[in-house]
Amino acid sequence: MSGHATQGDHDATNAYRSLADSISHDDPGWAFGTGVEDVQAEITSPVPDGVDPAELAEYCLMLGDDALICSQRLAEWVSNAPELEEEVALANIALDLLGQARVLLARAGHVEGAGRDEDALAYLRPEPGFRNVALAELPDGLDFGRAIARLLVFSAWRLALLNRLLDSRDPVVAAVAAKGVKELAYHRDYAARWTLRLGDGTAESHRRVQAALDAVWPHVGELFRTSDVERALVEAGVAVDPAELRGEVDEVLDEVLARATLTRPTAPPAGTIGGRGGREGLHTEHLGHVLAELQSLARQHPGATW
Amino acid sequence: MTATLDEQDLQQGFEDVIAADQRIEPRDWMPEAYRKTLVRQIAQHAHSEIIGMQPEGNWILRAPSLRRKAILLAKVQDEAGHGMYLYAAAETLGVDREELTEKLISGRQKYSSIFNYPTLSYADVGVIGWLVDGAAICNQVPLCRCSYGPYARAMIRICKEESFHQRQGYELLLAMVNGTDAQREMVQESTNRFWWPSLMMFGPPDADSPNTSQSMGWGIKRHTNDELRQRFVDMTVPQAEALGITLPDPDLRWNAERGHYDFSEPDWSELKAVISGSGPCNAQRLAHRRRAHEDGAWVRDAAAAYAAKHGGSR
Repeated sequence: MSGHATQGDHDATNAYRSLADSISHDDPGWAFGTGVEDVQAEITSPVPDGVDPAELAEYCLMLGDDALICSQRLAEWVSNAPELEEEVALANIALDLLGQARVLLARAGHVEGAGRDEDALAYLRPEPGFRNVALAELPDGLDFGRAIARLLVFSAWRLALLNRLLDSRDPVVAAVAAKGVKELAYHRDYAARWTLRLGDGTAESHRRVQAALDAVWPHVGELFRTSDVERALVEAGVAVDPAELRGEVDEVLDEVLARATLTRPTAPPAGTIGGRGGREGLHTEHLGHVLAELQSLARQHPGATW
Repeated sequence: MTATLDEQDLQQGFEDVIAADQRIEPRDWMPEAYRKTLVRQIAQHAHSEIIGMQPEGNWILRAPSLRRKAILLAKVQDEAGHGMYLYAAAETLGVDREELTEKLISGRQKYSSIFNYPTLSYADVGVIGWLVDGAAICNQVPLCRCSYGPYARAMIRICKEESFHQRQGYELLLAMVNGTDAQREMVQESTNRFWWPSLMMFGPPDADSPNTSQSMGWGIKRHTNDELRQRFVDMTVPQAEALGITLPDPDLRWNAERGHYDFSEPDWSELKAVISGSGPCNAQRLAHRRRAHEDGAWVRDAAAAYAAKHGGSR
């Protein structure tokens, strides 16, 4: 028997034996691989001087909801991806975003001070309470081209955003940004590589990914619209003005699309309702369905812990 | 090559390696029947990982807390990873993943019968971790010493992750049995459904398992189905007691003379039905896998075309 075999045998058997040991719910080992434990900041850090807690909570919801809803959409791909490597990659990206969402929602709940934790915020808010952009909630119909087109735009934008939040005065936002920029750099790279393969692959893949870009493009404009809360928090040194990201994001997208032999869509932005959109809690019809699924079980068991 | 004489030497060399409990490696000579048995077993194992993503994936979008969602998503992602290692191990025997996938979706190769049962509540996520992964670990730990090197090495890595999943499943159940009445009932109901199918995961009784002795002779298999089943029952009973739930077998009791628990025979006609294609979810699972594979064809074609144009594989 080789040394390897002894090791494997021993470990697996040991894991079995350890079941008899007391199992603590607080053991960080249980959350292994879930991306939360390595954010180096205390959720309970004080709100920075001169920052309105309600606005900070709202801003954390914006950043957190973008990640949570996009993660939920990506998780729809489990067992549906075109290849096993893509199963692993898409789940990995969904996990990264879920990890970001959990910290940001926990921070939002803490600074709000109404006793809501990450789960109360994720599972018990109705649609108008969500602050994510429409791009995150769009269905992709399990069309890989649509998934990649959304991910390319979303990750190019969120990477630019997190890069500027590295020195946010809120320590939790800054810590999420510090971890998130590494994650988003990978997400953007993954989406860009697939955009090249699909754009410059076969005639069929070119047609499909171009159609996918055309479909998501009307929701790009919203990414660069500045809400009142963001405007106030830019002043306070906590937030970034998304309007400032446009040049950088455009440059990245133009380069990828050109190399992928794709055409930058010219579709006008989707209309708003009196100038309000996702940041103000006005969503597409799709979010209600996302939440119906996400929240159904938790709402069936009020007060239960899992 | 001077066939007959060399062949005899090679056969003798192979048997010496097996007898010495050493490893056969991909470039070593091996009898064709050994190769075929391994391909069938490794492919079936790989397919089980991939099909197994469906019943658990069924609850990812509805996981009742964000922590549970992250744990489940990470677990199902690990299963895709296990499928990758196992297909890679099979590829060392001269088959490729695409070919094996075709055999799966055309029904020519099997996967574990357990995944032909539905997941009907969130307790199933925990019970699959506890019983199904637990049974899988009992089956798989001995494979870490399998005579074929690449399979044994893949299994070492897989077993480590499986034991982690098993603990996570059990921890979910502990949280649920310490929760509301409805949660406790969910755990009991789920255990009632999964207990017998979990016992069936070890395969038919030894008397009806014609391949066992050859596989043991080749060092592919180390214990009989009934030995592993007994080991699983012996490990599981105290865990069920710790959860405060009842295993659905009125004849389950400690036998001091044997030093093991006695338990009832599973309904082997149900196992036969599920294996032959008429379990509750066989058609659904295969149709899902076939649809995902076919829907992904244009993507794989695009990657191949791009690689051909630009060099490099991916």
